[in-house]
Amino acid sequence: MTKTGNILKVAFRALGRNKLRSLLTALGIIIGVACVVATIGIGEGARTQSENQLKSLGTNFLMIFPGTTTSSGARSGFGSNSKLSESDVDAIREEVSAVVYVSATIRTVAQVIYGNQNWSTSIQGGEVDWPLIRSWNVAQGQFFTDADNRAASKVCVLGQTLVTNLFGDEDPVGKMIRIKNIPFRVVGVLEAKGGSMMGQDQDDTVIAPYQTVRKKLMGTTAVGGILASAASNDMVTRAQEEISALLRQRHKINKGAGQDDDFMIRSQTEMLQQAEEQSKTMSMLLWSIAGVSLLVGGIGIMNIMLVSVTERTREIGVRMAIGAKGGDIRAQFLVEAVVLSITGGVLGIALGVGIQRAVAFYAHWPVLVSTNSVSLAFVFSALIGVTFGFYPALKASRLDPIEALRYE
Amino acid sequence: MSEAVIRIGDLTRVYTMGETEVRALDGISIDVGKGEFVAVMGPSGSGKSTFMNIVGCLDRPTSGHYFLDGVDVSGLDRDARAEIRNAKIGFVFQSFNLLSRTSALENVELPLLYLAKGGMSDREATERARKCLARVGLADRWDHTQAQLSGGQQQRVAIARSLVNDPAILLADEPTGNLDSKTSEEVMAIFQELNEEGRTVVLITHEPDIAEYARRIVSFRDGKIVSDVPVARRRHAARAVAAGGVK
Repeated sequence: MTKTGNILKVAFRALGRNKLRSLLTALGIIIGVACVVATIGIGEGARTQSENQLKSLGTNFLMIFPGTTTSSGARSGFGSNSKLSESDVDAIREEVSAVVYVSATIRTVAQVIYGNQNWSTSIQGGEVDWPLIRSWNVAQGQFFTDADNRAASKVCVLGQTLVTNLFGDEDPVGKMIRIKNIPFRVVGVLEAKGGSMMGQDQDDTVIAPYQTVRKKLMGTTAVGGILASAASNDMVTRAQEEISALLRQRHKINKGAGQDDDFMIRSQTEMLQQAEEQSKTMSMLLWSIAGVSLLVGGIGIMNIMLVSVTERTREIGVRMAIGAKGGDIRAQFLVEAVVLSITGGVLGIALGVGIQRAVAFYAHWPVLVSTNSVSLAFVFSALIGVTFGFYPALKASRLDPIEALRYE
Repeated sequence: MSEAVIRIGDLTRVYTMGETEVRALDGISIDVGKGEFVAVMGPSGSGKSTFMNIVGCLDRPTSGHYFLDGVDVSGLDRDARAEIRNAKIGFVFQSFNLLSRTSALENVELPLLYLAKGGMSDREATERARKCLARVGLADRWDHTQAQLSGGQQQRVAIARSLVNDPAILLADEPTGNLDSKTSEEVMAIFQELNEEGRTVVLITHEPDIAEYARRIVSFRDGKIVSDVPVARRRHAARAVAAGGVK
């Protein structure tokens, strides 16, 4: 009979004798390992997802928002009073060499009607560069032209969600829809883009010429924001600096005199960093839960192993009397602790993968079960078994056989 | 007397309890020859348990010599004594001490798990364990666990376990202490049979009638051997009972 096989068998039998106790003991490890696996998985999934989404915003993407304004010493909130103007858009287009595409943008929400169907959605105004900036192609028909924009023509391009909800299987190109009771002709349909970083459906939108949305739907003079593309990834920072300088000059803002910018520029890189910061905070939280849980789990294992050693003092005595050496007894209890913690680890991995799948499912993230996280969790739990099982095993191996045999 | 399996010379075992010294064994000398059947008697505190622990290599003498099967074992450390116990001594305890939820066969195989040199194949181990179980009349109960066996059957499994390593001595500590008189007789019959086959048996007991199954009675008192006599009228356990097994 092989020693290892028998030691394993004895370990499983001893743990099987108290199934509930073993399970409760392993619970700390289960939770800890599940946390580790889920943390790594969710972190990876979230990062991949936000990277994909940020890329889906467009390449070398820059966004200029209206910022705070100060009038008579009272500072108002972001966007409350847009100081961005159409001439700012033109100035950026003409003067900032690091920028290749520029589009003014504006957004409102309205009810869209087609036949007997209606749907409330976001209406975005954009200029001809808009699809280039957002790397968002037209799937059917075509995008509106610069002439459409200048003439404030009542034409629009639909997102996929809108097509599904208003038209069903019908081809929307060339059809008339009504937005705020104004008839618009559908000239094109955009490709499906999927959810955004905030979980919004990006395809649930209508794109119309900027001037049309501003004049006909909103009746305002303010520019909602400016979208731009830098010439290349290396040019993003330079474009940002140049736009800032230009807008400060145009808006007569003296940064040195402590005046606030009345605009804000966000780049794709910054948004990426922000997203990473968020997932890091989340990861830190989960890691600390995992750490505490694994520690508590380890202490639980030590506790139960100490109880087990006491309960089985007699058995230890018998084994010693018939020739088991200290090392044999130590190995037996150590293996038991490791079996307990590894069982917990395996269950934890299963639970963690489950949690990760659930989160990924609801957040529409890709499921990434990395072999790394699974093997890391496995090694972790085995280490805990060895670490916290060592003292009880040592205690068992040091029992005096005479005392142990007499133990009631 | 043939060659000595146990040769003990001027052996003492002193326990220190605080400032007082207790001489549990006080300079005893005794030889036990191969094939003998010795009963060790004495009231509690007489030193017979200490004697058993030392003979069984569970404990070490404070001074003196103990040769077991020709080897001086008085100075061995824990692990070396574990090896000696495994190879040379078959223990039978008062409370049987079988592992619970473990089949009779696995209980009997247990000592083979701790063989010092060169393990044994599973098949060989099972084969030997089965033979030992058959020897005590339990061949058909190999898969029974402790809970499924009567006291007498449990003790017979324990005897089979003590035999599996073919030890130099069988060391039985009050083997009938937990059994009724009929079952005691059956168990003693097995010891007598084993002895007749040439096994050396050392039996610790405080019951005079059980001691009379042996061939020689050694009595302890206050850590000394006070008498060492052959059994005048030896009792013979009813062979029929043992051979017929227990229902």
